[in-house]
Amino acid sequence: MAENEADAGKDLRLERLTKRFGDFVAVDDLTLTVPRGSFFALLGPSGCGKTTTLRMVAGLEDPSAGRVLIGDQDITHLRPYKRPVNTVFQSYALFPHLSIFENVAFGLRRRGVKDYQQKTRDMLELVQLGPYGDRKPAQLSGGQQQRVALGRALINEPGVLLLDEPLGALDLKLRRQMQIELKRIQTEIDVTFVHVTHDQEEAMTMADTIAVMNHGVIEQMGAPADLYENPVTTFVANFLGQSNLIKTNVIGTSGGEIVLDCHGQKLAVAAARSHADGRSAWLGVRPEKIYASVAGVEDRTDADVLTGGRVTDVSFIGVSTQYLVAMPWGQELMVFEQNTGSRPSFRNGDEVDLMWAPDHAFLLDADQDAHAGMMRPEDRE
Amino acid sequence: MTGSLASRERATAAVPPPPARRPAGRWLADHLVLLLGILVLVYMFVPIGYIFALSFNQPSGRGATAEFESFTWSNWGSVCEPEGLCESLKLSFAVSLTATVLATLLGTLMAFALVRHSFRGRSASNLLIFLPMATPEVVMGSSLLAMFVSLGFDGVLGFVTIVIAHVMFCLSFVVVTVKARLVGMDARLEQAAMDLYANEWQTFRLVTLPLAMPGIVAAALLSFTLSFDDFIVTNFTAGQSVTFPLYVYGAKLKDFPPQLFVVGSAMFLVSFAVVIAAELWRRRRSTWSR
Ligand SMILES: Nc1ncnc2c1ncn2[C@@H]1O[C@H](COP(=O)(O)OP(=O)(O)OP(=O)(O)O)[C@@H](O)[C@H]1O
Ligand SMILES: [Mg+2]
Repeated sequence: MAENEADAGKDLRLERLTKRFGDFVAVDDLTLTVPRGSFFALLGPSGCGKTTTLRMVAGLEDPSAGRVLIGDQDITHLRPYKRPVNTVFQSYALFPHLSIFENVAFGLRRRGVKDYQQKTRDMLELVQLGPYGDRKPAQLSGGQQQRVALGRALINEPGVLLLDEPLGALDLKLRRQMQIELKRIQTEIDVTFVHVTHDQEEAMTMADTIAVMNHGVIEQMGAPADLYENPVTTFVANFLGQSNLIKTNVIGTSGGEIVLDCHGQKLAVAAARSHADGRSAWLGVRPEKIYASVAGVEDRTDADVLTGGRVTDVSFIGVSTQYLVAMPWGQELMVFEQNTGSRPSFRNGDEVDLMWAPDHAFLLDADQDAHAGMMRPEDRE
Repeated sequence: MTGSLASRERATAAVPPPPARRPAGRWLADHLVLLLGILVLVYMFVPIGYIFALSFNQPSGRGATAEFESFTWSNWGSVCEPEGLCESLKLSFAVSLTATVLATLLGTLMAFALVRHSFRGRSASNLLIFLPMATPEVVMGSSLLAMFVSLGFDGVLGFVTIVIAHVMFCLSFVVVTVKARLVGMDARLEQAAMDLYANEWQTFRLVTLPLAMPGIVAAALLSFTLSFDDFIVTNFTAGQSVTFPLYVYGAKLKDFPPQLFVVGSAMFLVSFAVVIAAELWRRRRSTWSR
């Protein structure tokens, strides 16, 4: 990290950035720093302000308030063509009247780069479009167009590359391939990537830092594993992966743990993982962190245990089996179990106890909506 | 075995063979659209064919030329023979070209302003643009004449006043045509150009203008046609000048030289050639890159 010290002056910084469209606040008082050379993912549901944020960085939208800085240079009001920033547009925005070659060469030619021809050919090779240079954008498939858009921005080796869902139109195989390619290019040319995506898996595998955005504000920002393991809001808990949120009451603390009452059963959670301060709170547990055992057989004192569950649904997914377990207070909890084959799976109606390690759970404020950020199954990929 | 045979027989008996008329009926049904299409085309092209035929006519006397008398090539070689015909053609071309250039320039700028900028009175302007198109030409022509006269133009009615009038009514069509093109244009293309280091002028020259061009060309062609064809407004504003439509109208009242049909045929051939060339160019351009 020592060599990054000198580059620290080239970080992308957004300071209290706000964008209003009439009365509607699309981006609300956003402050964040993207370290130079990092891969930063902006994740959030449709309409949360991701594109608007990128457009303000690119200079295509005037902020209503706040500043955009690269290093110490304030670029808030710089014309787009004077910024060391390039964009891969969500809608590609390829020039329909120019060939693929001319599309990709556009940026280099505007800056008067001498050997633009060779560079353009190399870039076309890189995005696997070598033979298509003479075509027009309308003669390419959606995925090919997307790669043109990518190449057209990448070729300029900008300080900051903004990618607005650059892989959205690709099929799964090509998408994985381009993810690896993108990541490789990013480390190779040392460009700061700000990558917008709907796809949480994509964000988690590629990014150094993820910011989860909702209604124009950043709900949480951090390394992918931190966000997943220790979400601070119900929105993040539900939006990144799936979570069981159980209503509990705080009854005290003991030795770095918070003691909870959950419908008459006693539970604990690490104090460091508590983001609640009221008397009641949501206890969150990821489904894969829960271990289900035949009722009354195992009695673990080091674990959180909930008794009285009954299996109501079993779905076999291949690598895992997903159970729905109805609890005495009526809630159904999700439990995922790896198919290691070491024990037979449960069946509908089986009585089970659920247990998990106290430092795998997290505690959230009870005044948040337990369903915030939940996706309907058809939205998932 | 026998049972199934019998039932097969019964089945064929139950469906009587199609009547002999049916194929003809189906043929008609299948080809009705084609037939109607051909009829409409004939309807459209008979008058034009008539013009072509009469351009080779050698009328025996003056005046009556509605009947084909005897064949000759000579009309095509002596277009300028009837007095004033070529002068009127020249004036028409001069008027139409000038009006087209002016109307296309002004109209394109107006369209850009109306689509790209919001200003006070934009929606009002959008509406007012349509007014000249909706105004009956007779009304427009007479009020133009009244205006020119009251402005003291009555002595010099001619080229300038015709052009002013033509630019005025062509303008609406140009604005509407170019606007349609600009509205359908993705503003993000220009933003992408700017994002890729093109300044405002380069963006306009390399992206905006080429994309708007089909609309601008269409508008220019439309203007030219409207202006070249115009009789009513021109009749009011021409003074002593005679454009081609005015000449034809005047000739109709006196004699009707066969050279008029030559000009008509030639104009048709030229526009036809232009359309074909445009189509060929379009096709070649889209296959080039394959
Ligand atoms: N020019 C505009 N005028 C008015 N409202 C706008 C404008 N541009 C965006 N918005 C609104 O701002 C909000 C954020 O839009 P934005 O495009 O940033 O969403 P997004 O997070 O990129 O969504 P998606 O994932 O669907 O692309 C949306 O509710 C949108 O309707
Ligand atoms: Mg977007």
